[in-house]
This record gives sequence, C-alpha cells and structure tokens, in this order.
Amino acid sequence: MARPKLAVWKFASCDGCQLSILDCEDELLAIADRIDIAYFPEASSRMAPGPYDLSLVEGSITTADDVARIKDIRDQSRTLVAIGACATAGGIQALRNTADVAEWTRLVYPRPEYIETLATSTAIADHVRVDLELHGCPVSKAQLVELVTAVLAGRRPQIPSAVQCVECKRHGTPCVMVSHGTPCLGPVTRAGCGNLCPSVGRGCYGCFGPVEGANTDALAAQFRRLGLPEAAQRALYGGVTCAAPAFAAARGRHD
Amino acid sequence: MEALPNTADAGMTRPRLIDDPRDLLRHFLGQGYRILAPQERDGVIDPAPLTEPEALPRGRVDDQGPGHYRLRDGDPDRWFDYVVGPSGWKAWLYPARRKLWSAERTDDRLTFRDATTAWPKTVLFGVRPCELAAIARQRRIFAEGPYVDTAFAERLERSIIVVVQCARSAPTCFCASMDTGPRAVAGYDLALTELPADHGAAFLVESASQAGDDVLHTLGGATARPRDHAAALDLSRAAAARQTRTMPDDIAGGLKLRLESPVWADIASRCLTCGNCTLACPTCFCSDVEEVSDLSGDHAERWQLWDSCFNSDFSFIHGGPVRSSPAARYRQWMTHKLSYWHDQFGSSGCVGCGRCITWCPVGIDLVAEADRLMAEGTD
Ligand code: SF4
Ligand code: SF4
Ligand code: SF4
Ligand code: SF4
Repeated sequence: MARPKLAVWKFASCDGCQLSILDCEDELLAIADRIDIAYFPEASSRMAPGPYDLSLVEGSITTADDVARIKDIRDQSRTLVAIGACATAGGIQALRNTADVAEWTRLVYPRPEYIETLATSTAIADHVRVDLELHGCPVSKAQLVELVTAVLAGRRPQIPSAVQCVECKRHGTPCVMVSHGTPCLGPVTRAGCGNLCPSVGRGCYGCFGPVEGANTDALAAQFRRLGLPEAAQRALYGGVTCAAPAFAAARGRHD
Repeated sequence: MEALPNTADAGMTRPRLIDDPRDLLRHFLGQGYRILAPQERDGVIDPAPLTEPEALPRGRVDDQGPGHYRLRDGDPDRWFDYVVGPSGWKAWLYPARRKLWSAERTDDRLTFRDATTAWPKTVLFGVRPCELAAIARQRRIFAEGPYVDTAFAERLERSIIVVVQCARSAPTCFCASMDTGPRAVAGYDLALTELPADHGAAFLVESASQAGDDVLHTLGGATARPRDHAAALDLSRAAAARQTRTMPDDIAGGLKLRLESPVWADIASRCLTCGNCTLACPTCFCSDVEEVSDLSGDHAERWQLWDSCFNSDFSFIHGGPVRSSPAARYRQWMTHKLSYWHDQFGSSGCVGCGRCITWCPVGIDLVAEADRLMAEGTD
C-alpha cells in the first residue's frame, strides 16, 4: 500500500503549531516511516506536488492571496485539518477584526503603503470545507499524533469535546476560581490541552477556544462576584481565540 | 472493609482513649500498610499517601461556601477541624483514569492483557462520616450489583477504614439532614473522635470490626468511660446543630412532581454545564471508555475515565444527544441524585457532603435550588 501523502501549510501564524509537529520527536520517525511527508517547507526543502491525502493547515486568512491559496489547497487535499488557534479562530491577529486596520497599519509600519491586507483575520473554515479542527495555541502534540494514527488506521480520531473543568477534575487539580479566586475561562473552554494552566495554579485563558454551549453570561456573573472589573473581563476574551464567535460576543458585551 | 461491623466476635472491644493520632499512624506504618490520609497540597486538604505522621494538617481549617474554599489557621492544637476536600477518597477507590486492558496483534493472533494494577494493603485514614456513606453507596453500585467491578471491590477489601468523626461542620455540610453524619455508627474499622480540649483526654477510639479490635488491643491506652462517650455524642450533636443547610424531607417524591418546573430553566441560565458538581460528588460514578491505538496499529489499549452527565457527548446517540439543553442536564443530575437513586439503589445518591456547592465555580447551591423547586407548585 502506498504511504499516504502529507502536506503542511502555513498562513498568518507564528509557526508554533508546525514546531509542535517537529516536536513529536519520539513519534516523528515512526510517522515518517508510514507517511510520505511530501510538502513541509518548514522541515524539508523537498516539495512534492499534490494531490495530498492529508493537509495540515496552520494560520489564519488575512490577505486576498490567502483566500485564493486556501481554495487551491482544498482542491488538492483529500482530508484537510485546520491546526491551532489561528487556523480555527483567527488567532491573536484577529484583534484587528474589531479595530481600524488602516490606523493600526499606520502605527506599526514605517511605509504602510506596502501593506496589502484584509480588514479581518479569519479561520480556515470561514473559507473552505474543513474536515477536522485541532485547537490550541499551540496544538497539542498528543492530538497531532492521535490524528495521524487515526488517519493511518482509518478510524475517527479521539478528540475530546468536553469542557476544561472536566480535565481539572480528572487531573485532581483544585479549581483556581474556587480555591484562590483566580479568574478562569476553563468553564467555557474546550478541553484538550492536558490541563496545562490550572495544573500550575493559573486560570485558563481559553486558547482551545469555546466549548459547545459556552455559557459566558453565567461566568461573567461569577467574575463580577469575584470583583473582576469589566475591562479585565474584556481583556480575558481578547486572547488568541478572541474571534471565535462565543468569545467575540462575550468580549463585545464588556465594551 | 475487613469485616462487617458489630458481628458476634467483632467490634466488641471496649473503646479506648489515646492522646495522639500519630500513634495510630505509626502503628500502621510499622505493620507495612500504605496510609492515605488528608494532607495539604495546592491550597486544599485531600487524601494522599502519608509516610510521615507529622504531615497531618494539624491546626488547619477550611472555610467553605458556594463556589468558595480557603484554608486558614485555626486552633493550632486541634487535629481535625477541617472537613472534606475536593477530590476525597473517590479519586483513590475509583480513579479518574484507568487502563482496563491492552491488546497486542502479532502475525497470527491477538493477545489481551488485563491492566489492573495491584492495590497494596492500605489504611484510609481520616474518612469523614459522609465520605464513609459515599463509599458504601459506590460499593453498592460497583461491587454489590449483578456486574462487579472487581478492581473496585478488591481495593475496598484490602483497605482498613479509619473514620474521623466531625466536630466541626462547614457551612456547606448538610449530612445531618441526609442521615449520614456528623457521626458514623457502623461500616468502619476504627473511628476517632477528637474530644474538646477541656475534656482531659484527646481521642476516643471505637472499633466496629475484627481488624479494628486487633488494632485496639495492640494500641493499649485507657478504656473509655461513660463520660467520654457522652462528650463524643455531645460534640456530634453540636456539629449537627451548627449545620445551616437542610435538604427538604420530601425531595425524592417532590422532584418527580416538578419535572416541568420553570426553575430548571432558571438554574440553567446560571449553570456553566461544566460538570464540576458531578465530578466532585463522591457518589457520582459515570465513566466513559476510550480505545487508543499506536501508530503501528498493532497495540491497542482501553481506558476508563470519569465522565459527567453535563457533557453533551454523554447522552449522544444516533441523531444527537438525548439531553440537549442545559436545563435537561441539570435536571438529570439533580433528579438522579436526589430522587431516582432511591428507586435504583435504595437510598439517596446524596450524602450531604456539600462538595457540589463548594466546587461549583459559580456557586450553584444544590440545597437552595431544591428549596426553590419545592416552593414552586407541582406540574
Ligand atoms: S480551574 Fe478553571 S477549568 Fe479548572 S475547574 Fe476551575 S474553573 Fe474549571
Ligand atoms: S488551560 Fe486553557 S489557556 Fe491554558 S493551555 Fe489549556 S486551553 Fe490553553
Ligand atoms: S450531591 Fe453534592 S452534597 Fe450530595 S453527595 Fe454529591 S457532592 Fe455531596
Ligand atoms: S451546577 Fe455548577 S458545577 Fe454543576 S455543572 Fe452547573 S456550573 Fe458546573
């Protein structure tokens, strides 16, 4: 049986998710044995042409060129998986979605006239059909390996849909909200990171994006009881998943 | 539990008085037991392996309220003035994640291996009365029904239970109204009551099993007098009297008449459906199983992990989840716990420990909501 062909693509992003792929050190050789890493410019100068069995797409869509390129990638890919907060929610760069982009461009670049950009940073799924999303900033290595394993076995990958709080309880992490009043987005955030922030006593800042049915209003009521000012609540939702609809709406309510 | 309480030849040893609970710990350590006992970690007190008797969190007290838990210093001489922590004994007896078996594929066959790990002989030290009741309710489910979780049953069989009777109740405790505390009367091996400072003797130690009797014999110490018993009972009565929450008497039947109450939707508007209440609850027993395979496809494992009826996938069947709304999910949790559990297992699913109240990140209060539901008319 021919080895499935893998391609890894980059849009507007920091490359952290691609580094997570390279960081799967223990599994990487086994993966390379079973999968033809046909296109992965960050890792290899060999760039074999499509079509590809599996495309992993990092980054958000921020230029007209991106819009055309992602359509072309979709056409060449049997399975397309968006990886990371940028590709699934627009990333931190989506803060521009509620700002004046022309003004930001003037503030940041000495020669703003060279910059050609869209007014928004959007997720891959806003432009093409996406078969699966792996969330997180960066994506979880365990989920990447699980995805590849599932593709090879021809089964559905096991990607949790539960809320972060479930991970706290499964890990025996005392709730940071209850035990020290630290604001936490865990109750509205999808699990999958392995309980990183609460397990070191920090509140979750939502990098895996909103869980299905996120009740941000109920959480806001508790943040107010904890004495968290409106501006701080707004800032909590202004992270790498700020443009995910449930978080964007919650952020808007604290204007 | 090593033996049933109060059979003809067990639990007959007269209660003793001891000065220092560390003597008991040293005894068990000397006998080669693993001890699990409440200890302070990450701002909470929860059971953990104890190798050093000094590690008991003497003088510490837990302030608990809806969505609120803080440790502070209390009377430095008191050993057990805190009550229950977030994880409790459930995390030990029924671990949050557990490998059930693994399978290996070779050219001509599949080989399955049981992945159950051995449970050393263990002392569960400092079990509170509500927790003892919760352990018995989980045992009813895991070990006394038609399908026995043999790993759970073995963990309990190989454990000695040392109860600490509660002299102090947290504001979230309502065991008195659930008939599970603050004094355990049976089902343990040994029970300690920390007597008041002015009583003149520190601890009353009672046995309810052969294993408990054996320990009492080796420990020595003075035989308890009637006034020691009286002091212990007074203490428990006072702890019960200080409880501020009371579950409505008729809740089991009453909820069944209020399944369409508007209160469910009101609770749901405040509820995160985060599942913390279910996972912190010492009787909640739901789990999921997950299959994992490796890249080669020749090695597979089956894992069991805690699940919650608040997860939308929990009731997912062909076509969608059975309980798609948050109101339906809260109603499932509360009616199962407080009502249908009676029909299913012959008791309430709630032992009144207050964990679901304390560890709800938004402080939804099971007892207050039960009161509100009962105050509303029937459907
Ligand atoms: S720490 Fe955050 S994620 Fe964990 S249980 Fe508390 S609110 Fe939920
Ligand atoms: S706890 Fe939250 S913010 Fe932290 S890594 Fe996990 S999902 Fe991201
Ligand atoms: S329902 Fe709440 S109070 Fe009752 S046993 Fe469970 S956690 Fe404790
Ligand atoms: S009642 Fe509280 S702990 Fe339970 S699911 Fe709702 S918000 Fe979470």
